[in-house]
Amino acid sequence: MTATAQPLLLAQGLSYHRNQDRIFGPLDLQVPAGEALLVLGGNGAGKTTLLRVLAGLLEATAGEAILLGRPVDTDHRAREVAYLGHRHGHKAELTALQNLRHAAALHAADGGTARLEAALAAVGLAGYEDTTAARMSAGQNKRLALARLSLHPGRLWLMDEPYANLDLEGIALVDRMIAAHTGRGGAALITTHGAYAAPPGRVRTLALDGGAR
Amino acid sequence: MSAPSYLRIAAAQLRRDLALVWARRGDALQPVLFAVMVASLFPLALGAEPGKLAPLAAGIVWVCVLLAGVLGLDALYRSDAEDGGLEQMLLSPAPLALLVAVRVLVHWLTTALPVILIAPLLAEMLALDRALLPVLMISLLLGSPLLSLVGAVIAALTVGLRRSGMLLPLLVMPLYVPVLVFGAGSVAAAAQGLDHGGALLLLAGGGILALVFAPLAAAAALRIVHS
Repeated sequence: MTATAQPLLLAQGLSYHRNQDRIFGPLDLQVPAGEALLVLGGNGAGKTTLLRVLAGLLEATAGEAILLGRPVDTDHRAREVAYLGHRHGHKAELTALQNLRHAAALHAADGGTARLEAALAAVGLAGYEDTTAARMSAGQNKRLALARLSLHPGRLWLMDEPYANLDLEGIALVDRMIAAHTGRGGAALITTHGAYAAPPGRVRTLALDGGAR
Repeated sequence: MSAPSYLRIAAAQLRRDLALVWARRGDALQPVLFAVMVASLFPLALGAEPGKLAPLAAGIVWVCVLLAGVLGLDALYRSDAEDGGLEQMLLSPAPLALLVAVRVLVHWLTTALPVILIAPLLAEMLALDRALLPVLMISLLLGSPLLSLVGAVIAALTVGLRRSGMLLPLLVMPLYVPVLVFGAGSVAAAAQGLDHGGALLLLAGGGILALVFAPLAAAAALRIVHS
């Protein structure tokens, strides 16, 4: 099976309603390996909800999502999907290294100290290994979350507003990470409300219009 | 994935949670200190006459263990729900129930166990008949895990509420009543020279039942609350 024959992620007629209100959809989308899909939409357009449905954190109202040729199921999804949410998922009281070590273990990834330190250096946090997350700025916390993402063994990255809180160099960093990830045969689905984000490589865009109100 | 790798994830979770407790040790110690304070109020309020305190001693120690556990419950998943850690737990290949079980273990280790460890001192302060101390300790060791497990389910249900500070104890206390009745009751029965084995066996049986079902129920509740 080649990557072009089978998209990494395929969604058909996917929609989500909350109490009769349509949040998004029905949507058809596919993300082939080696590509990034940029999901554009204003505040409240349903970008985060879409990502949470694709991550399996929410049950779709209608339609289905197919990951690697199989309908999304808990076990399968957990190993192939790395999720970067609004909230970083690390503990403010623990150091960068402690947080990364736990994240790697939680996703059954290699958590050797050398690998963790390399991941921190790659996001510009070299020297912050023993600094607690509470002492880092919002942007540095975002970078720590990006380091966590880079350790995840999953091929599909679901990134919710990865550019938020980052400086120009940080935005370039996110673009570099996405390009490297898609270059390795991974794929990424990125939500953003601004058009300033433009990861290099093969990128498609999907515009969300928000629910009918 | 295989069971050993699940256990590796659980071990990592346990290490991280204990590191977190250490980092928050000031907060983590408060429920235990509170329980000890409550216990030491009784001799002050009732007078230090052994004859007055002794019949109440076992019940007081039991209520103290219970209070320490209740006060620690709100912190069980709160920070995970707020910082996105819960999402990462949900997306881990390890079953959520296993991660929840680890969390319950940490709760028991940090709230119930310290109070149980100083229970002999509390019992001495409350003039408990020394012959009854072993029964009290066994009833606490058997019954307190049950408190943590049942509490974890209720805490999971209330994690979506912004300010559940008082609601959680109100919901969980009625469920603790049977545990308290059998736990403190076993010591009272032993004090009267009656057979107390039945109450202890009931606590043990309830503990095993809760050990199997409570993590599953708490995990299901977390999934529902989170969506």
